[in-house]
Amino acid sequence: MNSIIAGAADVDFMIHGVFSYQLFGQTVWITTTHVCLLIVLLILIVFMICVRVKMSKADEIPGTFQNIAELAVEAVDNMVGTNMDKYAPKFRNYIGTIFMFILFSNISGLLGLRPPTADYGVTFPLGVMTFSLIQFNNFKYNKPIGVLKGLCDPWPIWAPINIIGEVAVPISLSLRLFANVLSGTVMMALVYGLLGVIATGWPAILHVYFDLFSGAIQTYVFCMLTMTYIRDKIGDN
Amino acid sequence: MNITGHDLILACSAIGAGLAVIAGIGPGIGQGIAAGYAANAVGRNPGAKGDITSTMLLGQAVAETTGLYGLLIAMLLLFVKPLVG
Repeated sequence: MNSIIAGAADVDFMIHGVFSYQLFGQTVWITTTHVCLLIVLLILIVFMICVRVKMSKADEIPGTFQNIAELAVEAVDNMVGTNMDKYAPKFRNYIGTIFMFILFSNISGLLGLRPPTADYGVTFPLGVMTFSLIQFNNFKYNKPIGVLKGLCDPWPIWAPINIIGEVAVPISLSLRLFANVLSGTVMMALVYGLLGVIATGWPAILHVYFDLFSGAIQTYVFCMLTMTYIRDKIGDN
Repeated sequence: MNITGHDLILACSAIGAGLAVIAGIGPGIGQGIAAGYAANAVGRNPGAKGDITSTMLLGQAVAETTGLYGLLIAMLLLFVKPLVG
């Protein structure tokens, strides 16, 4: 079981195939990433259902669980509010969703899972989603003529460089998240794989840094950059 | 002991991986400068600590990207072995 989720024994931080099936003549693998992603999503869904049930009969004086839920929502609202000012209500759903998803994915290393975000196949779609949101808002608020003007910013001859700059956004966003989480995973795999018996107890300190601190910072940065890019495109309309 | 072409490529990949992570020097200096100025700013204006911290973290994360690209190249060379034919 352990080998399915975390990949035990030796230095091993690679993604493993669990089983494969044929689809239109292609071999498609179900990997450890899918398994871990499913676990993270189940945890999130159970948490959300609990919050929904609890908040439907919310008390005037909040209990512990209600406090935690309100704290999380207020933190996200506050973060989106300071960055997007009057556009905040439109974006807090998206930002809240990716915030919870990336945060839980990153800290799932604490549960012994291989973090799903340490797979480029997970972070790249996140980057593409942000990219499409950026470009959608670019077209919505600037109109096609404004987008064209933005591409030919100082002079039309700069257009290729501006296009490369636009396309680089999702790649750098997703690579940053991926490489950060991957470096933590590799480091922990090295500690557990090479030190063997010596690595008992004290690697908890490393987990606090690589999983909790680094994971939380990268989540924050991903959401902040998403908001910054979108706000930049909306401009002063 | 005969050194085959395959061995030579593996050895050179390992050296290349080591060279690639030298890229970590740049972000190290950059993040240090950012943190230094942030400490300076908090000293001048302790009231704006929250804003300064979030700006610093954002700037540091962006500066870190180049170092991570180096790390990624090292990882590719060591584990994916693209040069071994």
